[in-house]
Amino acid sequence: MQNDFAHEVANQRQTDPDLAVSARELTKRFGRFTAVDGISFDVRRGEIFGFLGANGAGKTTAIRMFCGLLPPTAGEAQVAGYDVRTQPRMIKQTIGYMSQKFSLYEDLTVAQNIEFYGGIYGLTRPQIEHKTGLLLDELNLRDRRDTLTQSLPLGWKQRLALSVSLLHDPSIIFLDEPTGGVDPISRRNFWRIIYEIADSGKTVFVTTHYMDEAEYCGRLSIMYQGRIIEIGTPGGLKEKYGLDTMQDIFVHLVGGDTRKEAKQ
Amino acid sequence: MKPLVSVEHFSKSYGEIRAVRDLSFSVRRGELFGLIGPDGAGKTTTMRTLVTLLRPDEGTVTVDGMDVRKQLKAIRAITGYMPQRFSLYPDLSVEQNLRFFAELFSVPRNELTDRMQRLYRFSRLEEFSTRLAGRLSGGMKQKLALSCTLIHDPVLLVLDEPTTGVDPVSRSEFWEILRELREQGVTIVVSTPYMDEAMKCDRIVIMHSGVALAHGTPGELINSMRLPMYALDERDLVMNFSRIEAASGVRSVQSFGDSLHITTDEDIDEDRLSAALEQTLDRPVRLRRIAPSLEDVFIALIEQGTEHAE
Repeated sequence: MQNDFAHEVANQRQTDPDLAVSARELTKRFGRFTAVDGISFDVRRGEIFGFLGANGAGKTTAIRMFCGLLPPTAGEAQVAGYDVRTQPRMIKQTIGYMSQKFSLYEDLTVAQNIEFYGGIYGLTRPQIEHKTGLLLDELNLRDRRDTLTQSLPLGWKQRLALSVSLLHDPSIIFLDEPTGGVDPISRRNFWRIIYEIADSGKTVFVTTHYMDEAEYCGRLSIMYQGRIIEIGTPGGLKEKYGLDTMQDIFVHLVGGDTRKEAKQ
Repeated sequence: MKPLVSVEHFSKSYGEIRAVRDLSFSVRRGELFGLIGPDGAGKTTTMRTLVTLLRPDEGTVTVDGMDVRKQLKAIRAITGYMPQRFSLYPDLSVEQNLRFFAELFSVPRNELTDRMQRLYRFSRLEEFSTRLAGRLSGGMKQKLALSCTLIHDPVLLVLDEPTTGVDPVSRSEFWEILRELREQGVTIVVSTPYMDEAMKCDRIVIMHSGVALAHGTPGELINSMRLPMYALDERDLVMNFSRIEAASGVRSVQSFGDSLHITTDEDIDEDRLSAALEQTLDRPVRLRRIAPSLEDVFIALIEQGTEHAE
């Protein structure tokens, strides 16, 4: 009964261009272990959505389904209007992914990284050259074009990684702990760009362990043992629980149970 | 009483890179002391010097009155150091790892059972004592590493970003343990890039690019800054960001999900700010006065630092 409902809602969603991500009873099991246990939520176009959870909560599995890398066991999900089960290739072309740690090749130069990723994303050579010029200007990196990426300051690397993940003009961008360990000024500058990206209509989907990153999101979900146990705006959640920080809320909701998790 | 750790005009370079410049601070006995700063601040260099793994280029660094240049062995005997990547033996069990480190630090056999019981009590790892270290969760690995660091009963515990990459719940548990250790009289020097963790320290030194920007208790630092801050609930964050930034008396603006945090010049009061914003945005606004966070203080300090440099 509930499943029928999920189907209907899902089919109807397909035509709603304002939804970037839509999950209905999305489930993934590995053998007898249920990693993602019937999660349902929507992310609207242009939202900055934080996807939080402790280790082993099922975040990574859910993200891999959203990116079309892992088919669901049950339930539905659409990303940019494409079905994760039947249209994973379309999804891969429509999404961008950035992780502070893994995105760039440290032993390639700035220009080579742009060229490399441009190639991966299927841009033509003239397109790559055009984009390279634009990016170098935009990031003020023209002088550093032939500098090895590893010698860039962390804040710049992060900006470059973000730009590279946007090369193919994705409509949704997944950010994995984008500003961990970065100094607060670089972090704030980075988030200012993220707000501009979201304002231009792209959807930003953030996974993070860092609760100070979570504070920047427009809306947040908290996953625990495969389920979404809370969802709302940072301000709304703080009011609801009478707590001052997302860290306190997270610990309040998920805390005191890590021993159970470890025993599994 | 003399401080347990004393760092005076300490500098250290690697070739051309000046990792730490003229750093001075001291850590009292029984204190939970934080080195706070982002990557590249010089935290690790400072900690490695404290535990005698690096020699200072300039300045004097002492632990319990002993010089880190000269009394390496004696210092190592009373310090426990947990580097960012602590090497546990993944194919040994929890208990075997503890016994191995006990052996390494020549812990007397007859004391070992007692110590392990005590370490198990706070780490709550006893029920996992036979599990291979490689199969522990991230948070549990950190607790085991901490236990191994404590096995020889050090007077001074030096922890380099012990919670980086650890999930928020395990982080908060880890800090509970640090507080327990402090209650037992252990002096702790811990580094972290997280401002919420900095708030849990007795005293901190804020570092950036090898230089100390300020030290004191977190509360002192926040109060000393006199940063008037206001929150404005605002839906059109990006659209109005630059306009608000340009309003008179506004020093900086920061977006946070569904609100903007506005820092003003010291002489601007709430009425003047809201008048300025109402004029800019052409509608009534409702401001909430908010307390600056340690991160706001940090940013203000960095900005001051660059102003001085220029």
